[in-house]
Amino acid sequence: MQSRDAARRAEAKHHGTPEPLFAEFRRQGYSIMKRIYVNEKWCLGCHLCEYECAFANSGLTDMVKALKGRPIHPKVSVEDEGNIHFAVNCRHCTDAICVKSCISGALSKGEDGVVRIDENKCVGCLTCVLVCPYGAVMPAPNGHAAQKCALCTDNLCGEPNCVRYCPNNAIVFEDRG
Amino acid sequence: MKYVIIGNSAAGIAAVEGIRSRDAEGEIVLISDEPYHTYGRPLISYYLLGATDRRRMQYRPEDFYRKNGVRTLFRVRAEKIDAAEKQVMLSNGEKIGYGKLLVAAGSRPFVPPTEGLDSVENKFTFMTFGDALALEKAVSKRRRVLIVGAGLIGLKCFEGIAARAKSVSVVDMADRVLPSVLDEYGAGIVRRALEEKGAKFFLSDCVERFSCNVAYLKSGAEIGFDVLVIAVGVRPNTELVAQAGGAVRRGIAIDARCRTSLQDVFAAGDCAESRDAVTGEHKVLALLPNAYFQGHCAGVNMAGGEESFDSAIAMNAVGFFGTHVLTAGTYEGESYVEKEGEKYKKLFFKDGCLNGFILVNEPERAGIYTSLVRERTPLSQVDFELLKRAPALMAFSQAARAEKLARRV
Repeated sequence: MQSRDAARRAEAKHHGTPEPLFAEFRRQGYSIMKRIYVNEKWCLGCHLCEYECAFANSGLTDMVKALKGRPIHPKVSVEDEGNIHFAVNCRHCTDAICVKSCISGALSKGEDGVVRIDENKCVGCLTCVLVCPYGAVMPAPNGHAAQKCALCTDNLCGEPNCVRYCPNNAIVFEDRG
Repeated sequence: MKYVIIGNSAAGIAAVEGIRSRDAEGEIVLISDEPYHTYGRPLISYYLLGATDRRRMQYRPEDFYRKNGVRTLFRVRAEKIDAAEKQVMLSNGEKIGYGKLLVAAGSRPFVPPTEGLDSVENKFTFMTFGDALALEKAVSKRRRVLIVGAGLIGLKCFEGIAARAKSVSVVDMADRVLPSVLDEYGAGIVRRALEEKGAKFFLSDCVERFSCNVAYLKSGAEIGFDVLVIAVGVRPNTELVAQAGGAVRRGIAIDARCRTSLQDVFAAGDCAESRDAVTGEHKVLALLPNAYFQGHCAGVNMAGGEESFDSAIAMNAVGFFGTHVLTAGTYEGESYVEKEGEKYKKLFFKDGCLNGFILVNEPERAGIYTSLVRERTPLSQVDFELLKRAPALMAFSQAARAEKLARRV
């Protein structure tokens, strides 16, 4: 039987990611800044995004092996209170306070506007956790660094896995200018 | 426009980035009395600990100066500013003219005059990478270390050398560790974590005199040592601006656009004051993030922009062997406390705003609290009861959440 990951890759091929088109737009000087946005009213609080995030960043291709019986440390987290649910992950702020505050230069904002952390440079002081107004940077499970969402540009998915498998479009990946 | 920057740490580098966000062409000259590529100063303890190395502790990539068109003058001290002629006199005899000047000269360790200090052979301060390299050479498994000062610098120094030294004693006048950052309970947690790693504390005490390798304390105790580290505090380097006739209080006085009272001279970082957004007081907030915010603001304004920085607050994120301390703001007003073993949360609120907090071993999403302190958000606009339990965006109104999560920020 085809593994789920293989199915995903096949599907990605089929749908054809719009990346080449975006690359062309960028070449022509347009700025494409796709970000994750929340549609709070559609969120069921299923927490699937958290599992998909953990899977995407596990480096493994078998979801059961990656997640079953293990504590997960996703970079997206769902808040729940009564009937209200919504997912929170890095906003990739235009004027990112975590980047400005980082004591080691481990956090940077790329030309693509994505805020990334170099875990090799990070010393785990957690200044970024102290300053992020969204609570979207968190201590990494190894205890020696911080971690944050890089829109799946730092793993094999290429596009946010949490968005891709959200059953209800409660999080979307688009350019809202 | 020709820009001259004195200082190669966070504020100076931030100024380069601020200038280049508006002016890709202007000449930038950066002066530093150190010989190194920019490095994160607070990383020197992590260097000794082995958690980083010379290359990884660089604050910006290797090609930073080249890419930003910065001419660096290393191993050179700025000796004097001639504000009338708009030039800086350097220790190598050169004079360098400026259109806009940034003084980001940082601070220096304060060494209190103590009887017999001259008789101590191996004495160090702990501020620069040079200090860390010197200490690295001096400390060994056969040598006893005495650290004077149980503040952030002294304790981070302890963390760095604990495994390298034969023994480490720490003396402080205060009755607890990190006296300016933590209260009694929080300090107790940190103290226990450090004692577990071998720290021997002498608190509510001070060194009355040294005699070669012995410190005689006020309490009568005597501490033998081979290496002495003085870490009682720092003093801002204000002299350049003061001698040029600029306004200086405890630090260099600047406005919200980081301008000193001297025409075309800006200041940022540990040498300059900030207006504390919580108390409204002007004081030196010697913190790396603050240095960056000010430096960037100065750089933008030097390049003709209009930027203000008016949200400075005290804050600290620091860890000791996995014990994490996150604090912000001031500790005034009513408080809300949760304590359980080695976990501690204390929130301070006054006049309808969150004024500050202490979190020990509870770092998760602390920035939500920090933003309430920094932005002076009226607590009437949020669900404070929910926030007391844990920092969460749920505590904000639906409209405020949509602003945060459903649009570009």
